[in-house]
Amino acid sequence: MDQPPILEARDLKAHYITEAFGVRRTVKAVDGVSLAIRPGEIYGIAGESGCGKSTLLKMLLGEFEPPLTPVDGSVTYDFGEGPHDALDMSEKEVAATRWSRVSYVPQGSMHVLNPVRRIGDTFHDFISTHQPMSRRETNERVAAYLAEFGLREGVLRSFPHQLSGGMRQRVTIALATILSPKLIFADEPTTALDVVVQRGVIQLLKRIQRDHGSTLVLITHDMGVQANLADRIAVLYAGKLVEEADTRTIFKAPRHPYTQHLIGSLPTLEDKVARVSLPGRPPALDDPPSGCRFHPRCPYAMEVCKTTVPPLVTLEGGHRAACHLITGEAEHAAATSPALA
Amino acid sequence: MQQQPAQPLLEIDHLTRVFLSRQGLSVTRLEAVDDASLTLEAGKPEIYALAGESGSGKTTLARMVLGLERPTQGTLNYKGRPVGELTPKDKRTWFYREVQPVFQDPFATFSPMKRVDSYLYETARNYRVAEGAAIEKRIDEALGVVGLTLAEVRGRYPNELSGGQAQRISIARALITKPSLLVADEPVSMLDASLRMSILNLFKDLRDSQGVAVLYITHDLATAYYTADRIGVMLRGWIVETGPVERVLGNPLHPYTQLLKSSVPQADPDKAWSAAPAEPPRPVKFPVRGGCKFAARCPYVMDRCREEVPGSYEAEGRHVKCFLYEPGFTGIRPASMEATPVT
Repeated sequence: MDQPPILEARDLKAHYITEAFGVRRTVKAVDGVSLAIRPGEIYGIAGESGCGKSTLLKMLLGEFEPPLTPVDGSVTYDFGEGPHDALDMSEKEVAATRWSRVSYVPQGSMHVLNPVRRIGDTFHDFISTHQPMSRRETNERVAAYLAEFGLREGVLRSFPHQLSGGMRQRVTIALATILSPKLIFADEPTTALDVVVQRGVIQLLKRIQRDHGSTLVLITHDMGVQANLADRIAVLYAGKLVEEADTRTIFKAPRHPYTQHLIGSLPTLEDKVARVSLPGRPPALDDPPSGCRFHPRCPYAMEVCKTTVPPLVTLEGGHRAACHLITGEAEHAAATSPALA
Repeated sequence: MQQQPAQPLLEIDHLTRVFLSRQGLSVTRLEAVDDASLTLEAGKPEIYALAGESGSGKTTLARMVLGLERPTQGTLNYKGRPVGELTPKDKRTWFYREVQPVFQDPFATFSPMKRVDSYLYETARNYRVAEGAAIEKRIDEALGVVGLTLAEVRGRYPNELSGGQAQRISIARALITKPSLLVADEPVSMLDASLRMSILNLFKDLRDSQGVAVLYITHDLATAYYTADRIGVMLRGWIVETGPVERVLGNPLHPYTQLLKSSVPQADPDKAWSAAPAEPPRPVKFPVRGGCKFAARCPYVMDRCREEVPGSYEAEGRHVKCFLYEPGFTGIRPASMEATPVT
């Protein structure tokens, strides 16, 4: 924990700004997110559709194009040789960083692999761009690597459509990890897979992360996957980070009413206790609610919630949450603890 | 049209649907639904979950129940009448009013160019459920059941609705004809977790207050457990285990159900998987002809499993299609899913 974070975002604001016929529209998809990811951990980012997960991912990858615009804040990488800015990399830096140090397992392996190239060709293109290597060398290296993934050498001669969904996802993970990147982002890596296959892929991701000692950022709405994989979890709601804590705390003692509801509404295979859904829907981000963005749906909403944005306060054990109910408590703790000491 | 009261609502007996695909000279047979049986009793509305992975045949079975697909073999009776033999007129004037679908993606169900209430009016007119002003009343009633009113919905386009609202309207549309059976194919898989439970609660409420039976098709065992009374677990066209949901998912007996349950990532760090891998990844193989469809992956496989098709045996209050539960079987049975050996 003494090591500097491998990835740090500070007060990151990224908006989609469009202008058509003189009408300017701003969608505040990521609005003031600060987080620090430690080397070697699995950091989960959870939230519903439209909460800004994918936009945050694009910004953390430094991969954005208009209309997505970084408005404020910073994203820095640190691979043990001093921090460097992820949002302002030259083309040369991007080439040196991407895939070999920072890589990405995309959602929907179905559409990622080139359908008219054999898997082996894709791997060769991919590796030889970063490290000059002959065809024979890449084949040997890739075959050995794929064996770790439980894939036969024959896969190299296959086209993507000849593989099952689980095999394709394994190939995609192999592509993203073969250059031993330090930081891996996985965007809904198992969403389209059947449960039995999903379990295999999740365990594979965990093993690869452990064996390579890499850092994994896992973006998924599936809380079951988060519980099984993540060390720490950040919960996003409407473009804001509302709560962050270690996995056990998020599931067992969440503090933000949204997280509490999210965890409480998950059906389990243990009991049939009635569960309810929150009223309303996640807000549209071009015109988010004032104050706390969760207040129109929050069962504990107070007057202050309608006007003031709650700060993200730090509680015991590095647990962070943004809710007025907690702000007071944190202040109270800060005011009383010196007296106790 | 006379119905005897003793007839079950839905009777499926040894139902099979075969698809043939021709590539050049070779013909591949795919038994999408293979020898499946299940019965929904009349006068006792219940939610029956059909669970399985993709390609297990659950949607094909649902399409047959809806009369959209003809069975190849076997019995499929709705209130005692074979669905495959209904005339188009019978379907229009009776069957389609009785059995209504609810689809997966509410935003794909409704055209983005049309107002959602137009679907409600169309359904009401097409099935002649009412005349004149009574149409609006009937629509408002149906919307009332799902917690909406016509005033709220009138003139709205799908993009103005949340996923949960759109799915409610989709269910209200299905209720306009006062059906006895809803066939809901993955009705919540496109919805966010915070909206999902309200739709599942609605199905339970429909069962209790409206007496509507629901065939709930899903890949998600946790929502099946929450919603359903009984469940059938499908594997490559077979229903391998069926019975009350508490029994089947609480203590699964079929090795495939056990594998499926142990593969569900539970949203609880205390129940995270141990480091042991699930099944070793295997290349997809064609099922062994004649034997059990799970034999190639089953940790308890016996010689006979590769040659004979197991029957459906009664065990611990449910039916299991596995030789381990054949009366007179004397070997060792898998005790519980926790004890499933890892191969």
